[in-house]
Amino acid sequence: MKISLNNKEESMAGESISVRELLTLMKFTFPLIIVKINGRLIKKEDYERIFIGDGDRVEAIHLMSGG
Amino acid sequence: MKSKLEKLKGTCIGIAGCGGLGSNCAMALARVGVGSLVIVDFDVVTLENLDRQYYFIDQVGQKKVLALRENIRRVNPDIDIQAHDLRLGPDGVVDIFKNCNLVIEAFDRADMKLMLIETVTERFPDKFIIAASGLAGYGNNNAMRTRRLGSLFICGDEVSEVSTELPPLAPRVAMVAAMQANQALEIVLDDLALLGDDDAWD
Repeated sequence: MKISLNNKEESMAGESISVRELLTLMKFTFPLIIVKINGRLIKKEDYERIFIGDGDRVEAIHLMSGG
Repeated sequence: MKSKLEKLKGTCIGIAGCGGLGSNCAMALARVGVGSLVIVDFDVVTLENLDRQYYFIDQVGQKKVLALRENIRRVNPDIDIQAHDLRLGPDGVVDIFKNCNLVIEAFDRADMKLMLIETVTERFPDKFIIAASGLAGYGNNNAMRTRRLGSLFICGDEVSEVSTELPPLAPRVAMVAAMQANQALEIVLDDLALLGDDDAWD
């Protein structure tokens, strides 16, 4: 399947992948991340049960401490 | 320009956190003439805060929201300021910011940033939120940027996390605070539309 991750096309095996699996695969290692799928914010507690499929647009941004 | 000033006068902006980001952002918004500010923080001013936060040495020990209100009023006595001395959780966010046109995320801790972004996005789908991520250290001016994801804007370099080796310093903290204030002006003065779920990535 092909997805858009942070505006870049990524090809990956399989037909779907959980948010958690995608973050691990793409080495988003920080504990706090903003994830949006097709514009919808995904809560951290839903990372295991929400799946990304072909054509989905995913945005992931690290949240850094400091202010 | 007159109508723009009128528009700002009728605008209410919520600021969550009155540290380096919140205090500098509030002062910038007060100087351009935003009519009302809702400021929230539970902390007191310390000597260490003076390296980047908009407070003065004689304010050490004072509640941040009260000290900031005083500083804002010294610039613009006509501004309406609601100061809340408390630690924000999801319920507080909803209650305190319900009448604001938009919300500025100015927390220090990343878990608090996430809580605010999740709460505002979920409970106030019609409000913009302007967050900050990545401002520690010095140099690298051109790494600073703003990204938009629907109703959420994120200002900062998205990589430099505060640590003992990489402290938050006045110039970069004030840069990001000013970017947040500048983004707020653009939202208000240009009537930016909430485009729903299909926004393009900036």
